[in-house]
Amino acid sequence: MDLLLFVRTHLSFLKSWPDWIVYVLVVFVFAFAILNTLVAPLTGISTYIERRLAGRVQYRWGPNRVGFRSLLASLPITRWMARLADKQPFKFLGSKIPGGLLQFAADGLKLFMKEDIVPTGADKMMFKLSPYIVLAGSFAAFAVFPVSHGCSATNLNIGIFYVIAISSLVVPGILMAGWGSANKWSLFGGMRSAAQIVSYEIPVGIALLTTVMLAGTMNMNEIVTAQRSGYGIESAGALGWFAFRYGGLMLIPFLIYFIGGCAEVNRTPFDLPEAESELVSGYHTEYSGFRWSFFFMAEYSNMFAVGAIATTMFLGGPLPPYPVQWTEALFAGMNPNLALILRFTEGFAWFFAKSYFFVLVMIHMRWTLPRYRVDQLMGLCYKVLIPIALTWFVIMCGVKMFRMETTLPRATAAVEAHR
Amino acid sequence: MILTLAAAGSSWADPAFWVFLAFAAMTVGSAVLVAATRNIVYSAYALLLTFFGVAGLYVFLDADFIAAAQVLVYIGGILVLILFGVMLTNRIHDIHLSNETTHPVTGAIIAGAVFLVLAYVALRTDWELDPRPAVPTSQEIGKAFMGKYLLAFEAASVLLLAALIGAAYLARRGEKE
Repeated sequence: MDLLLFVRTHLSFLKSWPDWIVYVLVVFVFAFAILNTLVAPLTGISTYIERRLAGRVQYRWGPNRVGFRSLLASLPITRWMARLADKQPFKFLGSKIPGGLLQFAADGLKLFMKEDIVPTGADKMMFKLSPYIVLAGSFAAFAVFPVSHGCSATNLNIGIFYVIAISSLVVPGILMAGWGSANKWSLFGGMRSAAQIVSYEIPVGIALLTTVMLAGTMNMNEIVTAQRSGYGIESAGALGWFAFRYGGLMLIPFLIYFIGGCAEVNRTPFDLPEAESELVSGYHTEYSGFRWSFFFMAEYSNMFAVGAIATTMFLGGPLPPYPVQWTEALFAGMNPNLALILRFTEGFAWFFAKSYFFVLVMIHMRWTLPRYRVDQLMGLCYKVLIPIALTWFVIMCGVKMFRMETTLPRATAAVEAHR
Repeated sequence: MILTLAAAGSSWADPAFWVFLAFAAMTVGSAVLVAATRNIVYSAYALLLTFFGVAGLYVFLDADFIAAAQVLVYIGGILVLILFGVMLTNRIHDIHLSNETTHPVTGAIIAGAVFLVLAYVALRTDWELDPRPAVPTSQEIGKAFMGKYLLAFEAASVLLLAALIGAAYLARRGEKE
């Protein structure tokens, strides 16, 4: 459902207000809410998880000090209680909470208070503007993700095409950062990053096009709906997801999308734009403080966006791996409002879990795999991924044209009997 | 066009009209900046605003697919190409790359003549406003490409393929020699 429509129908006191005030209100309130409840904590928690996993992989501790335990130990009221009881308060609780959970908040606070340094030779306007463009480009894609059953911030007809288009705003932003810093490493990093994103857009686009062709629509909610059934079963659960449809043929475009997605967000093994041994830190070498954190917010929200697109296009979005009808039947007898909330929560939980799974995979890849060389990176894109993606697109066209979707014999028989 | 819009019921109280004005101002203003600024990189980035403004105007014409295509092709493709060109060909660490002004008089005459013709056409045309509500366009565009305009579509794709092969050939020629 469209958010605006939802607000209109469910908040009756808004009915007497003019349309445009409601619209502006919805836009700003929800943009603010999404930015503050989703993107910023998501980034924060992702950095925490990334550092902990890095610690695990490299056989060391990640951040394990600044957490609720130390917060409890330092607050005046708990200290006073501890003195009163003459022992450590909440010790039994504290030992169960992992340490370091608040590290990201402390880091955020630190970055917020840091001096905003602009290099002397830099182009001040370009230097200051670029983090906003980069973040806006990656953040705008969140508007069309189907976060729950038939629910997205806006139900755009051109959904996935909009995502691809609006995320191309990132490229000029990165080039702006690289050029504005007046630093050769920044410029090379920006160039590499832009070249990489522009190149990998092709296999990514073709892989997504395969799904669009099979679903017959670009609307993300409708793509999700198209994945409810499969193999001739009305409500097929995980079998209906495009990745597992057509006897697993679609796993290839799915993998191509994921590889290309990793390259587009500059994650290892494709993190050449910030190859420390060659380029210091790439296009954000000169950035510090809050502007630097904007680039990182963009990176982590981009990672989540790649996961969310993979989830929506290949893994059924908010659809659960069991047939949807099961929970639908369960919720049918309940109070309609409660059922609505439960259904929303179910969809959101599955969508989030599936999307976040990809973020975790990317984090593991970063700490396990070495980095590609520049020519290997471009070779992989142009000589391997694009030919395979194109071939597979033609194959799937044939599958769609001749209606070769495999149906389970038992299910077909049941459908025939039903008729 | 503004006058026509105002005449056709878009009142000053309508916020959509103000948003339209903002987009139009952004497009025209940044287009002026493209030509006027002395720094070629600034010109390229002003072009970003122009392209984005045009995409916004497409949205006002209910052409959702074209708007997204505009952003994808012009900002994600052409603008990036221009930026690459600018940043790779000139002395990259010199941020005072300047646009030279050549033949100001001739340029002004030609631009003025083009402007007069366009303004005449825009004012004389009887702009027809479609009162029907917006419908999604992507499906119709797809059908038109695969049906009525198939030949033109294929011809364009063959042309692009030829350009692609030519570019690859030019890039590889130096390698062989």
